Amino acid sequence: MIPTSVELLLECCAALLGLSAFAVPFARRAWATPLVYSACLVVALAAGGLALRHLLMAAPAPDSVVLPLGLPWVGARFRLDALAAVFLVVVNLGAAVASLYALGYGRHEPEPQRVLPFYPVFLAGMNLVVLADDAFSFLVVWEVMSLSSWALVMARHRDADNARAGYVYLLMASFGAICLLLAFGLLAGQEGGYAFDAIRSHPPSPIAAGFVLALAILGAGSKAGLVPLHVWLPLAHPAAPSHVSALMSGVMTKVAIYAFIRIVFDLAGAPAPWWSLVILAMGGATATMGILYALLQNDLKRFLAYSTVENVGIIFIALGLGMAFKAQHMALAAALAVTAALFHVINHSLFKSLLFFGAGAVQGAMGERDMERFGGLIGRMPQTALAFLIGCVAISALPPLNGFVSEWLVFQAILLSPKLDASALKIMIPAVGALLALAAALTAAAFVRAFGITFLGRPRSVAAAEASETDRWSRAAMFACCGLCLAAGVLPGFVIDAIVPAVQSLVGGRMTPQAAQPWLSIVPIAEARSSYNGLLVLGFVAASASLAAFVIHRFGSHAFRRAPAWDCGFPDPSPATQYTAGSFAQPIRRVFGPFVFGVREEVDMPAPGDTRAASIRVVVHDRIWETLYAPIAGGIDYVAGRLNHLQFLTIRRYLSLVFLALVGLLLVLAIWL
Amino acid sequence: MSGLDFDFAHLLAGSLVLISFMMLYQDRLTALINVFALQALVLAMSVAWQAYIQAAPHLYVTAVIALVFKALVIPGALHRIIKRLGVHREIETVVGVGPTMLAGIGLVALAMVVMLRVTAAADQLAREDMAFALSVLLLGLLMMVTRRNAVSLIIGFMSLENGLVLAATGAKGMPLVVEISVAFSVLIAFIVVGVFLFRIRERFDTVDVSALDRFREAQK
Repeated sequence: MIPTSVELLLECCAALLGLSAFAVPFARRAWATPLVYSACLVVALAAGGLALRHLLMAAPAPDSVVLPLGLPWVGARFRLDALAAVFLVVVNLGAAVASLYALGYGRHEPEPQRVLPFYPVFLAGMNLVVLADDAFSFLVVWEVMSLSSWALVMARHRDADNARAGYVYLLMASFGAICLLLAFGLLAGQEGGYAFDAIRSHPPSPIAAGFVLALAILGAGSKAGLVPLHVWLPLAHPAAPSHVSALMSGVMTKVAIYAFIRIVFDLAGAPAPWWSLVILAMGGATATMGILYALLQNDLKRFLAYSTVENVGIIFIALGLGMAFKAQHMALAAALAVTAALFHVINHSLFKSLLFFGAGAVQGAMGERDMERFGGLIGRMPQTALAFLIGCVAISALPPLNGFVSEWLVFQAILLSPKLDASALKIMIPAVGALLALAAALTAAAFVRAFGITFLGRPRSVAAAEASETDRWSRAAMFACCGLCLAAGVLPGFVIDAIVPAVQSLVGGRMTPQAAQPWLSIVPIAEARSSYNGLLVLGFVAASASLAAFVIHRFGSHAFRRAPAWDCGFPDPSPATQYTAGSFAQPIRRVFGPFVFGVREEVDMPAPGDTRAASIRVVVHDRIWETLYAPIAGGIDYVAGRLNHLQFLTIRRYLSLVFLALVGLLLVLAIWL
Repeated sequence: MSGLDFDFAHLLAGSLVLISFMMLYQDRLTALINVFALQALVLAMSVAWQAYIQAAPHLYVTAVIALVFKALVIPGALHRIIKRLGVHREIETVVGVGPTMLAGIGLVALAMVVMLRVTAAADQLAREDMAFALSVLLLGLLMMVTRRNAVSLIIGFMSLENGLVLAATGAKGMPLVVEISVAFSVLIAFIVVGVFLFRIRERFDTVDVSALDRFREAQK
């Protein structure tokens, strides 16, 4: 009998789990690192290929299997449908490039026994979350994913910051898991049908569905990084080794988005009109706040993590639009919005992995992550710089790369909103569109800053002046990502057509087939309205750039010179006189800072004749942390302090407490019934 | 179900509750252990009777376990322990006998009220059984709360466990695995506590658990 795709995928996951068991005793050996990562690469490619094959089949039918594990009468159910296949492609593509990158990067790992055993489990966990088809298996593998990624975050636990990041991550992951548990409890209802099939056939009541939405936002949103649940993300993602950071930021947040889509679009029944308002508001806030936070970061990897928060916001905006259109039975528009969301999921996983790989290469060369110490790395690491630049262009949504296509599709969906028949949405969606435009512009500024400060100018430290190019494997992984970004940007029609079955299963509509359009254009709604041709833009960019280069070289100087950077004719020898990351962000900090971050600038200017140095101090408040999390932490601390004396009771007191609690509960039961 | 089946099961389960009351007012350890052995004997009979009327031969195994371990081995061992510890003549109560008995009566009433209401749909034998089992359990817990001597705590715990076995055998279709595991867990708990008793005794010259509390006070 030929095994079905889902069985083969489960075998891939089993292979990954076996690999991690194998890595436990041998992780310290020198040959273990390349062996584990190359095996992960092969398995991820196989699993991704299986998912892609399922997606590209003419009429993909869901493929399911029940294993005799887990809850009695439910079993462990796994199912491969079009939505799962899209996310499996994302997961395994990200896993494959991360494993390729780690073939080089992982060799410098000081303690491989803290990374190698958990890495394959993490990959298997993400795959299984996407495949799970009953609530119990889903939650178990969700926790496997959370805990293995936590272990990877804690790989360098001796650093106090990393330990704190791990602690905050563990708390938020537990909180999210509890919310998802309650959401599935509500979905299963009183009959306790935990298989997703049973949930689909008995949709919850409108009130219960509302609570399910709230719990899904809290549970999946905290993992994906929705503001204000994002606090763990910029702490934990940078703390892990770079290939794991890339997976957590590029892929694990997408698995969380998958969970949200699965619960809200698939399991919770027909959407109520107000749902989209909540999702849109949270998406808009997340996109704007994420990029504003990012602009103020000097830590390169933390900057990228905040940028992930922003992109998750964009995806949630698109999902909210899809929800709004779906609630009003505008299937075509809903299909456009959800296509945009899924396309951005794919795109973000590609360019965020690429950027984290670049950041990892820079960190490996520099030994630190503070942008203020970088500078001039384009001369020392030209290939990394090129790859990072392509990633920056892609994430800043510039054509002809892929980021532009998905954000453009989101805006196309926003432009359809006047057809909606709800006044709240008519006000809300343009406002969210404005926030999205703001976020897109700020993203471009943020990535100009990140690239410029890191790679351009003069070196700001000795390490930057002596940095060397990263290894072949890392560069291969980065350029693979670049190639995929370019392909998805120039030929978006094929991607859109590939995710059609997933979109159709979610909203019941589909975009027109894009492959049939002439000259590989994409036409979201109608040609009279808008169309985009990535190939044309690429051709134009290539032609105009070549022409400009030709003109300069023909009529200008042929010689290649390296000269001091121009500085009003008076180049100061100190690199400290250059623009810094802080000074680049200052105008934006001045505009948004007082309102969003409560920024205060304290200038201490000595009087004329005084010889002491002047100083400027900038105080930035994280208002979300201070207003939301600090009071909770303080409250728990207070209660724990008050309850501390319970630790020091006598044995008989403890027994009496148990006894009284039991009698009390029985009394309640006796009176209640 | 014939009347005799029910009456006899009822009699045995009721006797278990009665013996729990007897344990509450035994203030000598030797007598307490003897009463516990008696309770285990009655439990074994009750389980054997359930095995007979349910035609469930595996319950005979449970009955034999109860008889051998709880009625013979453990009481014998406890007798030896208290002799070696030299506490077999000690008398100890925390709360007076009168209030304890009153509290016990209240607990039995509570158990009856709760169980008879909750299990309205179940068959009559199981209902009565569950109510008695809960009573035995609560009385065992009451004994653990009112005693101070570590040996009495162990006996209270095992009496509580007798209630669990009664409940498990009264409900039809309880697999044997559960009972064996429960029996072994009690045996292990008994061994552990026995070892602990000697340790406590070596260190503090008494098996009065308040000595532990005093010690911890002194450490603070």
